[in-house]
Amino acid sequence: MSFPILSLMLAIPAVAAIACLFLSAPAARLTALVATLIDLALGVLLWTSFDVGGAQWQFVEYAPLFGRFGWALGIDGYALLLIVLSVFLMPICIGASWQAIEKRVPEYMAAFLFTEVLMIGTFAAQDLFLFYIFFEAGLIPMFLIIGIWGGVNRIYASYKFFLYTLLGSLLMFIAMLYMSITAETTSIPVLLNYDFPASVQTWLWLAFFASFAVKMPMWPVHTWLPDAHVQAPTAGSVILAGVLLKLGGYGFLRFSLPMFPEASASLVWLVFGLSAVAVIYTSLVALVQSDMKKLIAYSSVAHMAIVTIGLFAFNAQGIEGAMMVMLGHGLVSGALFLCVGVIYDRLHTREISRYGGLAINMPRYAILFLLFTMASIGLPGTSNFVGELLSLMGTYQVSTTIALLCTTGIILGAGYMLYLYRRVVFGEIKSEEVRQMSDLTPRELWLLVPIAAAVLWMGVYPESFLAPMRKDTQILLARIDRAKPAGDSLPTKGTGVVPAAHAETSAHGSAH
Amino acid sequence: MHSILFIVFVPLVAAIVAGFANKSFGATFPKAITTGGLFLSCALSWPVFIGFLMGSSEASVTPVLHFMTSGTFDVSWALRVDALTAVMLVVITSVSALVHLYSWGYMSEDPDQPRFFAYLSLFTFAMLMLVTADNLIQMFFGWEGVGLASYLLIGFWFRKPSANAAAIKAFVVNRVGDLGFMLGIFGTYLVFNTVSIPAILAAAPSMAGSTIGFLWFRADTMTVLCLLLFVGAMGKSAQLGLHTWLPDAMEGPTPVSALIHAATMVTAGVFMVCRLSPMFETSPTAMGFVTFIGAATCLFAATIGTTQTDIKRVIAYSTCSQLGYMFFAAGVGAYGAAMFHLFTHAFFKALLFLGAGSVIHAMHHEQDMRFYGGLRKAIPVTFWAMLLGTLAITGVGIYGIGGFAGYHSKDAIIEVAWAAGSPVASMVGVFAALLTSFYSWRLMFLTFWGEPRWAASEHIQHALHGAHGHGHDDHAHDHGDAHAHGHDDAHHPDPAGEDAGHAPHVESRGFNEIPKGTGGYHPHESPIVMLIPLIVLSVGAVAAGFVFHRWFIDPESAGGFWKGALFFNEHLMHEMHQVPLLVQLAATIVMLSGLLIAYLTYIRSPDAPAKFADTFQPLYRFLLNKWYFDQLYHFLFVRPAFAIGRLLWHRGDEGTIDRFGPNGSAWLVQVGSRAAVRLQTGYVYTYAFVMLIGLTAAITWAIAG
Repeated sequence: MSFPILSLMLAIPAVAAIACLFLSAPAARLTALVATLIDLALGVLLWTSFDVGGAQWQFVEYAPLFGRFGWALGIDGYALLLIVLSVFLMPICIGASWQAIEKRVPEYMAAFLFTEVLMIGTFAAQDLFLFYIFFEAGLIPMFLIIGIWGGVNRIYASYKFFLYTLLGSLLMFIAMLYMSITAETTSIPVLLNYDFPASVQTWLWLAFFASFAVKMPMWPVHTWLPDAHVQAPTAGSVILAGVLLKLGGYGFLRFSLPMFPEASASLVWLVFGLSAVAVIYTSLVALVQSDMKKLIAYSSVAHMAIVTIGLFAFNAQGIEGAMMVMLGHGLVSGALFLCVGVIYDRLHTREISRYGGLAINMPRYAILFLLFTMASIGLPGTSNFVGELLSLMGTYQVSTTIALLCTTGIILGAGYMLYLYRRVVFGEIKSEEVRQMSDLTPRELWLLVPIAAAVLWMGVYPESFLAPMRKDTQILLARIDRAKPAGDSLPTKGTGVVPAAHAETSAHGSAH
Repeated sequence: MHSILFIVFVPLVAAIVAGFANKSFGATFPKAITTGGLFLSCALSWPVFIGFLMGSSEASVTPVLHFMTSGTFDVSWALRVDALTAVMLVVITSVSALVHLYSWGYMSEDPDQPRFFAYLSLFTFAMLMLVTADNLIQMFFGWEGVGLASYLLIGFWFRKPSANAAAIKAFVVNRVGDLGFMLGIFGTYLVFNTVSIPAILAAAPSMAGSTIGFLWFRADTMTVLCLLLFVGAMGKSAQLGLHTWLPDAMEGPTPVSALIHAATMVTAGVFMVCRLSPMFETSPTAMGFVTFIGAATCLFAATIGTTQTDIKRVIAYSTCSQLGYMFFAAGVGAYGAAMFHLFTHAFFKALLFLGAGSVIHAMHHEQDMRFYGGLRKAIPVTFWAMLLGTLAITGVGIYGIGGFAGYHSKDAIIEVAWAAGSPVASMVGVFAALLTSFYSWRLMFLTFWGEPRWAASEHIQHALHGAHGHGHDDHAHDHGDAHAHGHDDAHHPDPAGEDAGHAPHVESRGFNEIPKGTGGYHPHESPIVMLIPLIVLSVGAVAAGFVFHRWFIDPESAGGFWKGALFFNEHLMHEMHQVPLLVQLAATIVMLSGLLIAYLTYIRSPDAPAKFADTFQPLYRFLLNKWYFDQLYHFLFVRPAFAIGRLLWHRGDEGTIDRFGPNGSAWLVQVGSRAAVRLQTGYVYTYAFVMLIGLTAAITWAIAG
């Protein structure tokens, strides 16, 4: 067995988290920053030493614990990219909380470090129950972050968040029990190739769906998200939008599709229907929000719907596009929440109407906010374009109608984001307190500029991100190809004869 | 032969440097580097174009960088240069370089010049990426890139609410077109399994006659694809239905209008149809639709142009109308003629806009032509330049000999439409030419002839009573205010400002009722940096037609120029010269008629327009309100979007999902809050611990059992 880099990536923040609990506030901040930066360095190492096109599972670790339950870790390209996203955003979250969090700092830092452990664990777990523990326990520190360090209405929000996600997870747990007993294994790589009977698949699929749909979140179980975001501290929103929302998509990719291909195919209509509703519904709701965080939260639901349609398109573009949307959205929505946090720290309100004219006294902020706004809209050259293009292109091959409905998101998205940007950044400065706001500090630049660079990198040369997952997509497609639904386009062979001379002469029926 | 790399990327580098430098080293550095960069690009572009004129150049593709691969979907960044691209290169870089230069004068008082010049160069880069695209994805990149630059430049004066509203409107309306473009790309990839333009064009003819499922119906494959792509072109080129953003885009600084909203970006749709012409040739239905939309826009925009009083808006509608000509030329299969008109139009329309900018500059930001008059003597260079521009757009020329630019390109479109068997389109073109001549001369007469009516202008009064040191149209928001009150009917200020917020000039006071007098104001001719571009473009407006027509449309020699870069129908271009004499003369006849009518109504009897407006009040109001498109869209789309959004939020999320979901009962809420309170007070660790232990126990039990 090679060097256990994944375990190390879990151990470092775990140890640091425990250490934080016994430290003073400044020391806890520093510890958390150093620990997350080390994990980032390890993440980069992980990425550079990942053998693109090599074995499906790499950095595999196994240590039996008891019974069939084992410490099984290992990653493929999908997991690699999501881990890299997590470790990239973590130091940024710590930096964003540097001054904003003043009470119970050691506990706060510990909660974040535990979140990091659990997220990396979720993506790296190769054992069904190990996955479950990481996946569900990820909810606890988030629950605390919202409940303790959140806004005025934090109790309601954390409770809503908890209730939604827990209900879904119970069903998934039962399904997992059934699977482990029937297949007599808890190994995810083995289960990936285990064929459950089609009738059972449907029930298992629905049980998993209950959990993943809430985590996504898909319409109509999305209403916890706006409240959670509004109440969460800035860094909490960043990690919630940046990584926790990706757990659902990862779940579909890791479990629903490869383990239950027949059920996935027969229930495509459900996913497509809910996603198409979500794109239009939540985009329209986003349009009328007066709270910045709520607006971005609703836009997240719309973006996540592009992920789900892509995943269930059963083709390379759809699946890889969905992954790219997850990565791009992780960066962009995280950055947008940071942008909100920047001005929230100065004026202590999320009300859009209190701002205006920030371009005048915060030009640097205006430029970065513009970049992330454009990325959110999916402008070519930014990360989200690549994902949306591929995902929608994949969807078009299955259903032109759903593709059309979901592509309207590019119009509505432009509407609500530019409307937001206009109200916050453009116009005249309306009040003296806004006039007093200063431009980005070096610390804030350090948070936003790396994300901006990553967003442009993904937009101009997405190949860096597509390459590691290419082989996984091939394997996945080979697995689910047998259930692939036929598209509704079905072009016939051309005759090479131009139909009729002209629209008006076609009545004469003379073809030439 | 990698000059193309410099042509395309120098503007990008200049934009980035200028953007980052911003005001750190003063305004001159970013201005110099962007302008210098553009002149370099321009200097490198002309040899490329001349190479194709001489017939010595071949189409080439310069790879830049791999973009992405997903399944069989494979895209690279690459720069394609062929005759079609070469035409666009010279148009873009020449006009852009001149506009950069012009902006030294026009924007000289603006505090944000570095930002302005950086945007201009960024735009130029995106436009160049669009025209050099070798695949549909890169074309879409450029397409959206120019959209971004257009958004930023329309909203350049971001303190003005009307500019912000216009910017958003431009972006969102374009996105409607982009929806079609994207679906077109998806469909094209589905059918051809590639997005490489040469590969698609090669395979297109064999797909003729195939059918495809789309939404709930099946239809001819190529028709579906072409129509979807054409929706994108309609958005970018402001064709009927998706045109509403263009007039509002005049909120941007005038050099922007000249570059983006006249010469280059708005012609991207025409370029796209020409680039994909072998594809459109396989679908007569799509061609018929293109012809119809082109002809309809051509006519519709021209009718509105006759009533507008804002000098920039008249030219904007004129642009819309001229784009209509280009489309119906393309629709009847005369892509060469479409490109020819695009080429000549770029020169004379940029000239007219920059001329208008010079007038606005001289008139202290007044844009309402009713407050102009008698400017011929005051700003002679501008006058002569605009006169040449007007002669070019109205198509002045002598049968059998030659004439100004528009004479060659526009008349060719009217003739070729007739030859292609679309007499209706041809006649629409003739009628639109009458209107073109009328509104163009109306503009000239109102601005440069007659007696000065300057004293009544609030801008002029502003100028006379101090308040110097403003940027340019910069304080045109006074303008908005000055004219907004009192005549803002049927116009709801909407939250998103989707419809501009710029009050239409419904004020029916005729120009002749405006009090005469200079008010002691002395208009001043623009500085030399603004006049040089006018003079250079004047040369283009005069000469572009007769110099270049043999390469663009001549049946004998044009095929050798295009070399398959677009579908060139030699047979059709031959037919063009066989159309009845009356058709060949029609454009010239109506051009003279338009001039005559404008002369009679605006010089001889200046009371006539007001009387006419009174007599045909409904028609006049209909045109003045731009066929009520803005109001209709506002009523149909903008207001419902907000209303439905609110309804879904309050009734859907809060009233239904939350009510029956998480808030299911008060009991649950109470329990939940109590639990949360307890968590907060220190029981949290116990809780988490219990959950984990419980889970582990359950699992152990399950596995052991």
